[in-house]
Amino acid sequence: MLDRIQRLGHRGLSRLAAYGRAGHILFQSIVARPEPATMFPLLLKQLYFVGVLSLIIIVVSGAFIGMVLGLQGYTILVDYGSEQAVGQMVALSLVRELAPVVTALLFAGRAGSALTAEIGLMKATEQLASLEMIGVDPLRRVIAPRFWAGFISMPLLTMIFAVVGVWGGAIVAVDWLGIYEGSFWANMQHSVDFRDDVLNGVIKSIVFGFVVTWIAVFEGYDCVPTSEGISQATTRTVVYSSLAVLGLDFILTALMFGEL
Amino acid sequence: MRMRTMEISVGFLMLAGFLALVVLALNISGLSLADQTGGYKVYARFENIGGLTPRAKVSLSGVQIGQVTAIRLDPKLLMADVEMEIHSDVDYLSTDSSAQILTAGLLGEQYIGIVPGADEEMLKDGGRIRDTQSALVLEDLIGKFLFNKVSE
Repeated sequence: MLDRIQRLGHRGLSRLAAYGRAGHILFQSIVARPEPATMFPLLLKQLYFVGVLSLIIIVVSGAFIGMVLGLQGYTILVDYGSEQAVGQMVALSLVRELAPVVTALLFAGRAGSALTAEIGLMKATEQLASLEMIGVDPLRRVIAPRFWAGFISMPLLTMIFAVVGVWGGAIVAVDWLGIYEGSFWANMQHSVDFRDDVLNGVIKSIVFGFVVTWIAVFEGYDCVPTSEGISQATTRTVVYSSLAVLGLDFILTALMFGEL
Repeated sequence: MRMRTMEISVGFLMLAGFLALVVLALNISGLSLADQTGGYKVYARFENIGGLTPRAKVSLSGVQIGQVTAIRLDPKLLMADVEMEIHSDVDYLSTDSSAQILTAGLLGEQYIGIVPGADEEMLKDGGRIRDTQSALVLEDLIGKFLFNKVSE
């Protein structure tokens, strides 16, 4: 009995310590002593790996999700004779929910897992330790540029996702199903508000970018430096960041659109 | 060379992102760059506003001339006080104009239709439209219809 309580206490303490280490990493690499001049080339390289290489999956899935929304929306709305509202439906659901959430999930799978594996392998091969040995802070040299890269590229990818999705929806609804183009766009522009819908979606994506990259770099930096530990850390990155994104999405939606 | 292609592609990502924001703003949310000429506030009391919401359009002969900015309840008269903003270039609404709450389509959104009057004096900022007609509430209509059937 006492053993069990002890195990529970041990687990709780180690979890708290992990949160503490995560906060320490965040603070050391971001908040304290930023050095933009030395970080810029490193940040550029990470932006390429994290942002540019994620572009293809974002564009393709955005186009297909927009097309599916257009098709599904049309088949439902045509029963009520209001198929012109399909533009409004596609744009609102993309801008408010699907673009930030799906981009964050894809980003966690595509870029987050890669970040964790890379940092974890650096730790396992003692590159981080040797950096420290020659007097370079690995948090600033390795973690900070990766963190900023995720933080910057996430809103950009989200906006690209939303635009490509609306374009895909327009192709299906206007060109294929023959909804009048004018009412498609006019309904959309009438119902989508720049501040309430577009900017709130961008705020969501900024929060998600922060959380996903934080989890990814923390799991990599904190992993057990063995091949098994790295694989577990990569899995944890994807699982935790997906759960965090979905949970936070509900909270943010309740805060932003709850009183509408 | 490797560095150069990397820089170029990152630049393109940045450009594409900002371009997407511009498209979202102008094309999808219909934000117009031309500065709003502003407008003047006009008030009207309705007995029942039905499903009217802020940002609903105010139209004259079907052309939009402004939008509803606020809806309050008048605590003394127990009527809805609707504040609307009319574009400032529409300065030819006479003081005896009437306002009615209409519905776009069968199940569409509700908006305010202005019917101009014949008075020489024009509505100014803070002016009030006296002659109003409430929204059509379907339940009231059905109730009246049933009542008439019963009394026949």
